[in-house]
Amino acid sequence: MTSLFEELQPTIADEIQTTRVDIRINGESKAAQIEPRLLLAHLIRNGFRLTGTHTGCDTTNCGACTVLLDGAPVKSCTVFAVQADGHEVTTVEGLATASELHPIQEGFKDEHGLQCGFCTPGMMLSAKALLDENPNPTEDEVRWALSGNLCRCTGYQNIVKAVLWAAAKMRGEA
Amino acid sequence: MYPSRFRYEAPTSIEEAIALLSSLEDAKVLAGGQSLIPMMKLRFANPANLVDINNIPDLGYHRADSDGSFRIGALCRHADLEKSKILGEHQPLLAAAAPLVADPIVRTRGTFVGSVCHADPQGDWASCMVALGGSIVAQGPSGKRTIPVKDFVSGPFTTVLAHNEIAVEAVIPPAQGTRTGGYLKLERRVGDFATAAAAVSLDMSDGVVKDAGIGLTGVGAQTINASEAAEALIGSRLEDDVVERAAELAAAATSPRGDHRGSADYKRHIISTFVSRIIANVQRAEMQVA
Repeated sequence: MTSLFEELQPTIADEIQTTRVDIRINGESKAAQIEPRLLLAHLIRNGFRLTGTHTGCDTTNCGACTVLLDGAPVKSCTVFAVQADGHEVTTVEGLATASELHPIQEGFKDEHGLQCGFCTPGMMLSAKALLDENPNPTEDEVRWALSGNLCRCTGYQNIVKAVLWAAAKMRGEA
Repeated sequence: MYPSRFRYEAPTSIEEAIALLSSLEDAKVLAGGQSLIPMMKLRFANPANLVDINNIPDLGYHRADSDGSFRIGALCRHADLEKSKILGEHQPLLAAAAPLVADPIVRTRGTFVGSVCHADPQGDWASCMVALGGSIVAQGPSGKRTIPVKDFVSGPFTTVLAHNEIAVEAVIPPAQGTRTGGYLKLERRVGDFATAAAAVSLDMSDGVVKDAGIGLTGVGAQTINASEAAEALIGSRLEDDVVERAAELAAAATSPRGDHRGSADYKRHIISTFVSRIIANVQRAEMQVA
């Protein structure tokens, strides 16, 4: 079991409330002993060592840390890890299978949907939430669904194309 | 960024949550957390205790009751309202505002009632509630009380909730006739605070305004209830000169501060434009129906 609080505060450990959380992350059950103030983004990155989830602004603006919590996109810098106890989390590592990219990942590759790549995991998870709900979105609907994710490189054009490409592929049309 | 250390409780009933709030010093309710958690990370808020209400069942509803009132539970998320199948028919103003709150990711988590309780002068829902004459139902150790939103918010980021009360529900009164209205918001980009926004609610019967309300966002130290502007509309058939007068009164009710989003004059201008534009949109929609 991951114990994050011990790494943080070994000396005053007795006075600190810690709590055990059990989270299903990318289909795998994991447990951690944590402080309640630990943010979900930090548990994912530092506790579970899944560093595909990026922390960008850390102020609920940029969406780089977006993960799916029970299928819905959330900014993991704005959810306490303890709140994910008993819930299911999907990060970018949960998209691909061992041998194959997820169609959304393929789309980003084929349509050049990234430059520096920092925002990409969050973009892809917002896109997944959209396509799970609406397999045939219009360009406007894609832009709308991604409007909580900021990209400072691309101007969004190719990101939108990548999601539309993935949607077509997932419908069996590409 | 880490918030200050706090103790965390996650009760599974409202009664248990109220008991915790009564017994704990300096406790704060955590609902969607989309304002509270950022404020805690910036150390603007440092509660010693957090009472997370997310594990309390049956608070995620929104529904129209048989008496015509509309009720929104404490854990109804913005996204629930945005995707609602019934909201547009009953509360067109709320349906217009729902997609404009924050950004799509924040909307999956943040709550309607929590947003009203946060009492940010930039909050969209408080303006809608003011326009609709809505109330908050607060539950404490001695039971429930219903507080009109215009009295509920006592200042910026401040409400009249007692330390051991939870806002369990928002209630919107029945329409007098057919309810219509709209929300317009100017923002530099999705998720930014509004430069200015206006909520207009109209209850119409045979082309006559039976009741009206106007709430304004981001143009004063708190949500503005433009009651004079709304009263100017009541009893009218939304004639051009009446609408123009109401739009002027709405702008006059504001006290905006010039900032990087625009000058005070600009914000006043937006308000008068938005109020008349919402009413024009309503009239256009009615003509299409007729």
